[in-house]
Amino acid sequence: MNTPRTITEAELVKSYINGNEHALSQLINRHKHKIFGFIISKIQDRDLAEDVFQDTFIKVIRTLKRGKYNEEGKFLPWVMRIAHNLVIDHFRKSNRMPKFDTKSDFDIFSVIKDEDLNAESSIIKNQIESDVKSLLVELPEDQREVLEMRIYNEYSFKEIAYKTDVSINTALGRMRYALINLRKIIDEKNIILTEK
Amino acid sequence: MTNLYLNPSLERKAKKVEPSKECVNFLLDYSKSLKIINYKNLQFESIQN
Repeated sequence: MNTPRTITEAELVKSYINGNEHALSQLINRHKHKIFGFIISKIQDRDLAEDVFQDTFIKVIRTLKRGKYNEEGKFLPWVMRIAHNLVIDHFRKSNRMPKFDTKSDFDIFSVIKDEDLNAESSIIKNQIESDVKSLLVELPEDQREVLEMRIYNEYSFKEIAYKTDVSINTALGRMRYALINLRKIIDEKNIILTEK
Repeated sequence: MTNLYLNPSLERKAKKVEPSKECVNFLLDYSKSLKIINYKNLQFESIQN
């Protein structure tokens, strides 16, 4: 007795392109767990994940109907790639756009804030900077030199390496130890450098 | 975001979920209503109820 043969993906795609709408339903049902699972594992919000899932298949439908699909036999990887790109687009958009809670007492200053420091914060910031500068004398000469060049003179590590006649890796290493030692000194002397 | 991409347990857990029926039905309806009209070298999309 012959068992019914499973229709291949390529056959379903071909059938859909030729106008069989039922083939799309089979394609979606066959891969929805994998594709939706991938999207929700990245986005972790069911509603947003459904939006991305829909956008993914809208692209798939439009491409297939326009006859622009040319990756026969690789349907799932192709759809996953579209989903992956849309997930990246989602993160790009969400990083660009400010988020705010939709509360009734919406406060415009929760999304727009004055980036300038007020007088008090400005004085504290200056004080902190001056405290840090005075701590630098505690560092070994070579580490202090690199840190000053990088932070206060804004030299690149390439420039620092050239000026101090060492390799870039050595300059990077000195910077690293300078920061580690600076933290140690701050801890040892119980210095509080933050505003709050 | 890097951490999200490197967390396989999340992906495994997520494989059990699926999109809602409404979500899938929308796609099937969209597909049925979308017509592509070819005119010379141009393609037009038309959504027909």
